[in-house]
Formats: sequence, C-alpha cells, structure tokens
Amino acid sequence: MTSPGESHSPAKPTDQSGRQEPGTNALTSADSGGVMGDRVFSGVALLSGVAILVTLAFVAIFLSFNSVGAVYREEEGLILQQFLEYAYPLVIGTLIASLIALVLATPVAVGVALYISHFSPPRLSKSIGYLIDLLAAIPSVVYGAWGMSFLGPALVPVYGWLHQNLGFIPLFAGNPSQTGRTIFTAGVVLAVMILPIITSVCREIFIQTPKLHEEAALALGATRWEMITMAVFPFARAGIISGVMLGLGRALGETMAVALVLSPGLLTASLISSGNSTIPAEIALGFPEAPPGSVRQAQLIAIGLVLFIITLIVNMTARWIVNRHKEFSGAN
Amino acid sequence: MSKSITAKDLNVYYGDFLAVEGVNIEIAARSVTAFIGPSGCGKTTFLRSLNRMHEVLPGARVEGQLLLDDDNIYGPGVDPVTVRSMVGMVFQRPNPFPTMSIRENVLAGYKLNGARMSKSQADDIVEGALHGANLWNEVKDRLDKPGSGLSGGQQQRLCIARTVAVKPEVILMDEPCSALDPISTLAIEDLISELQQEYTIVIVTHNMQQAARVSQKTAFFNIAGTGKPGKMIEYAETSTIFNNPSNQQTERYVSGKFG
Ligand SMILES: Nc1ncnc2c1ncn2[C@@H]1O[C@H](COP(=O)(O)OP(=O)(O)O)[C@@H](O)[C@H]1O
Ligand SMILES: [Mg+2]
Repeated sequence: MTSPGESHSPAKPTDQSGRQEPGTNALTSADSGGVMGDRVFSGVALLSGVAILVTLAFVAIFLSFNSVGAVYREEEGLILQQFLEYAYPLVIGTLIASLIALVLATPVAVGVALYISHFSPPRLSKSIGYLIDLLAAIPSVVYGAWGMSFLGPALVPVYGWLHQNLGFIPLFAGNPSQTGRTIFTAGVVLAVMILPIITSVCREIFIQTPKLHEEAALALGATRWEMITMAVFPFARAGIISGVMLGLGRALGETMAVALVLSPGLLTASLISSGNSTIPAEIALGFPEAPPGSVRQAQLIAIGLVLFIITLIVNMTARWIVNRHKEFSGAN
Repeated sequence: MSKSITAKDLNVYYGDFLAVEGVNIEIAARSVTAFIGPSGCGKTTFLRSLNRMHEVLPGARVEGQLLLDDDNIYGPGVDPVTVRSMVGMVFQRPNPFPTMSIRENVLAGYKLNGARMSKSQADDIVEGALHGANLWNEVKDRLDKPGSGLSGGQQQRLCIARTVAVKPEVILMDEPCSALDPISTLAIEDLISELQQEYTIVIVTHNMQQAARVSQKTAFFNIAGTGKPGKMIEYAETSTIFNNPSNQQTERYVSGKFG
C-alpha cells in the first residue's frame, strides 16, 4: 500500500527537471511513479493469485492424503466400492437439501431484489435492503435452533396434509415425521440462510442495468415488467447465476444448521419423514467420535473431499454457463 | 398512420424546477420538425414529454395539454404504455439490446403486443423494418449475430428499425446523429426523409445544417440564464428560421453570434 504512494511523490520533480536537463528524454522519465505503481500493483495481484492457488492445493492435498484410509486398506486392498456405498446417500442428501433451498430461495431473492431496485420508493428500498443484509449476520447455529424448535414443529401439520393428499408421490410417501426434523425442513432453513447473499448479489446487478436499455424498452411501449424481462434480466443473467451459485455453495457446505435441524437417517425419497443426511452434518456429528488416525476419520475426511469436488464442479459449471453467451453479453 | 401533435401551454418540471415553460406548438402529420437551441434549454425535456418518457425520471412532471390528433395524452386514464407504443423514440446514443440478435432487436417492440406470429410473418416484419431503416442489405446475412456488433451508425439504424417495426404514429429523435460519423449521419438523414412519408417526425439536433436539410419546420428554444426555464422562442418554416427569422434571439443563434 505505501510503496506506490512513496514512489509517486518524487515523480513530480522529475517531470519538471526532465525538461531542463538536455540529456534525458522527457518521454522516458515522465510519470515513473505511475509505472512503479503499476508494477507494484501487478506484483501484489500476482502474489494474491498464487496464494489462493497454494491454499487450495494444500487443502486438496491434505484432504486427499488423509482420506486414503477410506479407500485403501492393507489387508483388503482397494475398497472403493465400500466407500462409494457409504458416500452416495450423503451426496444425494446434500444435493436434495441444497436443491430445495435453491428452489425456494431463488425466486424470492430475485423478487425481493427487483422490488428493491425497481419498484419500491427509494427510502423503503434502503431499509428493506438493510433488513435482508441483517439476515446474513445471524449465526448459523441460531438458524439451526430456530429450525429445530420452531419451524420443524410448525411444519408437522403440513407434512401430515401432504402425506394424506399427495402420498402417492414418492416425495410425500412414508411416515410423516412427528418432530418435523426432516430434509425438507433443513432445506427451508437453508433457503432462509442463503436468501441474503442471492438477494444482495441480484440487487447490485439489477441496479447497474444501463438506463439506456431500460429506456429503450420503455420507449417501445413496454410495461415495467416487460422492461424488466427485456432489459434487466438479460443484463443481470450472469449476475443472477453467480448469486445463485454463491448461495448454492453456502447451502452445500452448511453444517451447524443442518446438523441441528435434521434427524439423520438412511437415504429415502421422502422429504417429509425423518431420514437422509448431508455431508457436512455427517462430518460434524461423526468427527467427535472418530479417533484420530482411525478408518472412520479417514472416511469422514474422504467425504469432505467429495464435497470439495462437488463445490468445484458447481462453480465451474456456473462459469461455463456465464461464458457460454459471452458474445451476447454486451461486453464488446 | 401518422398523427399531428399539439401542445397547449405545456410546462415541464423536475421537482420544483421549471425546466420548460409555456410551449404552444402544432406539428403536422407526415412532416419533419426540428428542435434547435443551445444546450440546457430543454429540448430533450420537451421531446420526452411528447411520449411521456420524462415520467421515467424521478420528480419529472408536466402541466398543460398535449394532443395526439385530438386526444390528450395527459388525459385521465391514459396509460403511458399506450402512448409510447404510438409515439416511438430514438435516443442520442444507439441502444440496441446487447443480449439480443439483430433479428430479435427488430422484433423486440413488436412482440410486446403479445400477438402470436409464425416464423414467416416474423421474417417479413424483420425484413420490412430493416428495409425501412436502409439496413437490410448490410445485415441480411447476419441477422442472428448480436446487434451490439454493428457499427455505431448501423446500430442507430437498427434502433430506428426496431421503432418502425412497432408501427408508431410519431417518431421522436433526440440528436440521433451526434455520436455518428458524417457518412452514417447522411445515411440517417436520407432515412428521415423517407420515413417522413409515413410518420410524423420530430428531431432534436445541434447541427443546423442538418435541421436545414431534413426538416420542413423548425422550432428554436432558448433559455434566459441558468436556473431559468427554457422557452420556445420561434416556430416557423425552416427556411424562414434560417434566412429570415422574426425574433432577434433566433437570428443571433442561427447566424452563430450566440455565446
Ligand atoms: N433528470 C433531470 N433532473 C433534473 N433536472 C434535469 C434533468 N434532466 C435535465 N434537467 C435540467 O433541465 C434543463 C433542460 O435540460 P435538457 O432538456 O437536457 O436540455 P437540452 O436537451 O436542450 O440540452 C437543464 O437545466 C437540465 O439541467
Ligand atoms: Mg439534450
């Protein structure tokens, strides 16, 4: 931070003296402070980039190294099959909970963000935005407690009704939970938790929609909603996807809330009976009981690695989606 | 198609600031009318009040009447959306929708009517509108490429095509050539002369030769000083405004003596 500032001050005298000294070329010496600043900045940027990559590599190496015990044993050799049988219900459980969260949170987040950016009076929009941001400040253990002791019980009659009327759909088959601590409840809690991040990313991007294009739509006789579909959504598309992926990342990795809300069990298609578990919840609940260096610990670290890979894939997919229509992004 | 415009004692405000005061003007159907005057005298503001686009800006409001043929666009119960589909607008900076192809851009406004159309109907509309904007030959082989890939002048003609495709009665243009090179400018001016046969056109321009070339009538706007409202000083045949104006301010402006 300080070096560009320091190197900038001597730049000005050189500017002036450069003209008086006949030997120096005014073009080469001018603004050397700025050039210096550029170099320092690019150095710092490179360093941070490398630091991130190194950290990522270390995490990946740590996870891979410590999870060997889960897929290979001296006596039995490679036991990939056994590990996969253990891991796949957790992977699916994690995906189900995150999917429920996304499906519930995304429309609400986009709607709230739109209301703030394009519909509400300016003063109201400030306070709503502030309120939503407050949601992000609540610790996840509080969400967990709320889901376990309030939301779960409140959803019990809903589950009963769903089972009675829509029980023929596998999603609502099975015994409805009497405590409400199901994967669906966990999904709802996750939805509330990822709402702020998706909302604020969407709001930021909606606000940046060029006035030029909004006016183009309105001048063609678009209603406000039509203007939003013509100008705002296409412009914000990449931003919405980023926001959703950020939310998904949080939902995939959320530990405390799910560990508290869900009463874990075997994989089941039913969303309304107890059962299912997620990777983070499994790790959080299992780790205290796994002795260091044991096979169980290696197993838990291995599913951690699986989660890491899933998150990586999610992010890369998001990037691919964002890049696919680059030609039409208006960046050119 | 094509309607006349009549403003009666029209004032436009931004909040408490009176930006344009007391405009009375009658603009004939199927004609080109130019608005000239120094920067900040309210040309854009008044032009936007002709299709209620000023309402997009916070605090902007209008007093008085504005008749499209005989209907007051500020009458009770009039939907600005209806007004804008009848009075189209081309902006200072070309603004095709960046995520849409050339074809989609042309159809963007047309689709708002909600009318279902077959592919061949859509093709006809696209071709017609692009012909109408003198752009067809240049883009017919790349209709599915993004509109933002065209040159500035082509983009502006694409915006005109998009406006024409809606089949408005009136087309408003706010300095449509100010961001364009001289060749593109000439192309747009030619286009304006052609469009005049079907539409009522009002164009704001800083270029007095342009006003002289394209318009039949010219309105000169002026402002007494900063913070004062802009007013329409003189409105007459274009040749009268440029050769024989009756107002001294107009004379000083068109002869370039204005500071
Ligand atoms: N959105 C706005 N809010 C407040 N004042 C504005 C706004 N747009 C323009 N004005 C003011 O209205 C006056 C007329 O501006 P404008 O119509 O843009 O002039 P012109 O197009 O003739 O250059 C100017 O004093 C300008 O500062
Ligand atoms: Mg203007």
